[in-house]
Amino acid sequence: MLLAIDTSAGTSVAIVDRDRGILAERSEVDTMRHAEVIGGMIQAVLDESAVARAELSGVVAGMGPGPFTGLRVGIAAARTFALALGRPLVPIVSHDAIAFAHFAAEAAGVAGARTAPLLVVTDARRREVYWSAYSGVDELGLPVRLDGPGLAKPDALPALALDAFDAFDGAFERLDAAEISAGALGMVAELSFAAGRPFTADEPLYLRSPDVTPSNGPKRVTR
Amino acid sequence: MSSPSHTTPSHTTPSHTTPSHTPLNRTDPLVLGIETSCDETGIGIVRGTTLLANVIASSMDEHARYGGVVPEVAARAHLEEMSPAIHAALAEAGIRLDEIDAVSVTSGPGLAGALMVGVGAAKALAIALDKPIYAVNHLVGHVGADLLATGADGASEPLQYPTIALLVSGGHTSLLLVRDLTGDVELLGETIDDAAGEAFDKVARVLGLPYPGGPHIDRLAAAGNPKAIRFPRGLTLPKDMAKHRYDFSFSGLKTAVARWVEKAQDAGEEVPVADVAASFREAVVDVLLGKAIAACADYGVPRLLLGGGVVANARVRELAAERTAAAGIELRIPPLSLCTDNGAMIAALGAQLIMAGNEPSSLDFGADSTLPVTEIQVR
Repeated sequence: MLLAIDTSAGTSVAIVDRDRGILAERSEVDTMRHAEVIGGMIQAVLDESAVARAELSGVVAGMGPGPFTGLRVGIAAARTFALALGRPLVPIVSHDAIAFAHFAAEAAGVAGARTAPLLVVTDARRREVYWSAYSGVDELGLPVRLDGPGLAKPDALPALALDAFDAFDGAFERLDAAEISAGALGMVAELSFAAGRPFTADEPLYLRSPDVTPSNGPKRVTR
Repeated sequence: MSSPSHTTPSHTTPSHTTPSHTPLNRTDPLVLGIETSCDETGIGIVRGTTLLANVIASSMDEHARYGGVVPEVAARAHLEEMSPAIHAALAEAGIRLDEIDAVSVTSGPGLAGALMVGVGAAKALAIALDKPIYAVNHLVGHVGADLLATGADGASEPLQYPTIALLVSGGHTSLLLVRDLTGDVELLGETIDDAAGEAFDKVARVLGLPYPGGPHIDRLAAAGNPKAIRFPRGLTLPKDMAKHRYDFSFSGLKTAVARWVEKAQDAGEEVPVADVAASFREAVVDVLLGKAIAACADYGVPRLLLGGGVVANARVRELAAERTAAAGIELRIPPLSLCTDNGAMIAALGAQLIMAGNEPSSLDFGADSTLPVTEIQVR
């Protein structure tokens, strides 16, 4: 069983089990309250699932892509929770959770869902978006990422997608997501772990440099 | 923090948010403190008033090329330093994480994005360990640091209250009246523009010195004449003293230094860097100590505590010793490792709150970049 935390958009926390699926999940769409809500949400999923801390075999962190400030709250929490348990941190690309949930809904025959290559798009603020391109799912039901995650101006997306989905004659479905499910994130981790798949690096995916330029020395105060 | 009621009904309200199921050790609590309000990732561990570990990872070098602390750079560094610093502090203290009684964390004031890293990490740590969490005030933590300086070796008597506290750093210049560390702290005054440490950085830049400016100005000033140039003392004129008796202003001083240097340069003269550094430093330190001593006199409090990174400045310590001695005021200066931002002072304040019987904070607190000093613990 795993505790999963994602703060790349809003805040989402879940306890998942490979066989039983999502045991408890809490989500908050507000993108300005990560630090406030994360503690109560972790406590809530532990209480609701009645899973003992010692039963957790790792802690999943959504590594983004996500705007800086909020993204760090979840990664910091996941890392220290893992440290306290003496269990591994499992880093997962947050977009993979969006794609996983989408393809799982298709597989379950949810009305309106259909199988097609998928372009996941999330808000990067400052009039930019984060994107990842998926061809579909593999034999485990895990999303197959063709390209990304990347950062782009919205008008550059069609050309980027055409390139990424070249093998599919440029045909794809676009999914703009405002929420990431920690439950889906956790299931991606469970399935990857069981299959011995490698995880992404334990590095936050800011995809942007700090917004600052080196000083050019003092400015004159006398005109 | 809500002021304690003197008309408490006979029943006490149980805390609904205390995660711990075992009674809290309130006599000698083992507390891990997390501090991330600026550019120092501080993890401290204390047992009561005994310092066990004080690990500080600074991102100062990364800020040097920008000439000041860049909030985003600082926050990124906190995230990367957090786990290594916790491991290092546990090793230094020689304890296991599951032995601690509580987690204490800076909720504010400070840089919002930086504070949030510590808050997120601290909450997860407390819940993972099933221990209570105390969200505390950074500035009051600086005052609490003094407890650790005396607690370990018993070299001097514990600090008596009330005391005046002068906290001077790159982010703060505050004068506090501390009647009770865990219950009654009043802000007498603070800077209305730049912090004193910021003024040192900006003047250093004018003089072509690297960041951070304090140590470089201090070194140059040692060879200069502090009376060579009479730079302005901000908010010390009678009209200012009426409204801003305990407030500080260093922006005008910084500009005055820049004008003086530019005038010399424009005239083709060589800038007497040592004299400028010494005269500037004297102007800052004169105002800091002048107002602090005035507060001691006005409130009849014969004790002054210094805190914050600018305490590293030799002239601050020297003039503080001179003036407090002349005025019959007891001077307290914790070791420098406890004056700069650190997690040990946050752990120490958390331990004091526990020993004072305070209930833990709820899990819902956030990062408050402007947290007032009156809010010693965020509930």
